[in-house]
Amino acid sequence: MRTAAALVAVAVLLALPAVLNAYALTIFILILFYAFLAQAWNILGGYAGQLSVGHAAFVGVGGYTSAMLAAHWAVTPWLGMLVGAGLAAVLGAIIGYLGFRFGLRGFYFVLLTVAFAEVCRILVSNIDALGGALGLYITFTGDPRQFQFQDQRVYYYVALALTLLATGMAALIERRRFGIYLTAIRDDEGACEALGVDTFRYKMLAMVVSSFLTGLGGTFYAFYLFSLQPNTVFGIPLSVEIIIRPIIGGAGTLLGPILGSFILTPLAELSRQYFGQSGLHGAHLIVYGLLLVSVVLFLPHGAYPYLRRLFKRA
Amino acid sequence: MAVGLTLIFGVMRVVNFAHGDMMVWGMYLAFVLATRAGIDPYLSFAFCAAALFVLGVAVQRGLVDRIVDAPHEMQILLMLGVALVLENLALAVFGPEPARIRSALARLTWEVGPLYVDVARLVTFVVAIVLTLALWLFLFRTELGRLIRASADNPYGARVIGADVRRIYAAAFGIGAACVGAAGALVAPILPFQPTTGLSLSVTSFNIVIIGGMGSLVGAFVGGLLVSVAESLGAVFLRPSLKELFSFGLLILILLLRPAGLFGRRAA
Repeated sequence: MRTAAALVAVAVLLALPAVLNAYALTIFILILFYAFLAQAWNILGGYAGQLSVGHAAFVGVGGYTSAMLAAHWAVTPWLGMLVGAGLAAVLGAIIGYLGFRFGLRGFYFVLLTVAFAEVCRILVSNIDALGGALGLYITFTGDPRQFQFQDQRVYYYVALALTLLATGMAALIERRRFGIYLTAIRDDEGACEALGVDTFRYKMLAMVVSSFLTGLGGTFYAFYLFSLQPNTVFGIPLSVEIIIRPIIGGAGTLLGPILGSFILTPLAELSRQYFGQSGLHGAHLIVYGLLLVSVVLFLPHGAYPYLRRLFKRA
Repeated sequence: MAVGLTLIFGVMRVVNFAHGDMMVWGMYLAFVLATRAGIDPYLSFAFCAAALFVLGVAVQRGLVDRIVDAPHEMQILLMLGVALVLENLALAVFGPEPARIRSALARLTWEVGPLYVDVARLVTFVVAIVLTLALWLFLFRTELGRLIRASADNPYGARVIGADVRRIYAAAFGIGAACVGAAGALVAPILPFQPTTGLSLSVTSFNIVIIGGMGSLVGAFVGGLLVSVAESLGAVFLRPSLKELFSFGLLILILLLRPAGLFGRRAA
């Protein structure tokens, strides 16, 4: 039943570009891309309950790596993507090692991740070889080997593949002992340790997987938008974009991040477009804020678990 | 301003991500008063403090109070939501252009021997010290202040001796917000500001509070000095755009080596 539903959903998503116009296609690319980042965050923030507000740093490292490799060493971004994700995972491992080894929890861990992301942002803005504060621009060639496509639909399928990859990863983790350990760490870390679970090792693993996936997203970001600015790819606002979707959809659930992205991304795009024309910038962020406040107050587990309960009752 | 944050966090263990945005609202309030009513920010700061007090109590009573017992993460997310709303409301109301208040004082300088002293900065500094002292007196010498500290130490115990902990939390949050409002009005003539300043102000004040020590007034003050000195030195010896690197570097070190901060007691 569940496999059947999943297959139908994937089939619909595969067929979708055929019926979408260009604008709707752009929105769906963004939905899938943010669903992917949300899912990657979910592995660490949702299942393991380690709230990272610095995930933008991994997007930045991944994007800058593949863009630099492509521009200066003619390495195709398809390969650069993996190198960038690898470096993002290394950064994740460093942050995780320090944070978990020194036992930073809750708010202290949040601050550590913010601090590392900010350090990355400041460093990159000050390194001229990386384009400094202006950032990097990628020249459009439309060459698929350069991760550039004339046809927007290819971006859609790449984003879809990434989302499926991250969701498959999360599903795999959820079913294995690893996933059970992670939720146990989230619920009661002390009890976990008392039972002899190596919490440090599993948190590290979650961090590395999560940052590696997020790093992959960096390359997509760079070659979809053709530019990278330190303030946008390393900044706190992007981190907020990444965490708000799983939180609203339902952190620690498989479909929560995807649901969150399907709710928030169109909402953000529409309010940006609608209010942006009348000169009200940041309207979508007011919407985010209100949603975040109401989810925390009324649906602390997110929208997905709530909907599932509704359907079970019906 | 970090003094206000340390009060809120120290007492309630609530992380106020909306801190910087509250400060920005204080700045804009002073700005509106200065441009529309011609009131100098060095006078209107009291009014800004009062307005922010009301805002703080409202946020506490309406939102934070409902989830005071929820996990820390939920509070962080809640305040993040409040911060997003406040920041972007400011953006919608006042627009993205940087604003600055002209105060008669800000144009004055005094020559003291070989030094030029900027009167505006001096006044701000003095008022900040006076406010910190007043807050200290309030916390350590008045009944309500004692109750606030008691609720911080042990909310259950405070309830046992008959304190209305919810009211005390509201008072603490309000006073914390009032400090921020005053700070905003006082800094407004010195610093140009815009709605997006809120985020970096929040981050800076977290730095200061963590470095100084959660819940310690002296720590907040020393932390503030330390962070600004580190940033100024960084700006002088390296590039100005690298100066924040020092405060974040300091933050990471303190987080790892002494998470309770320089003057903080180890939190349970």
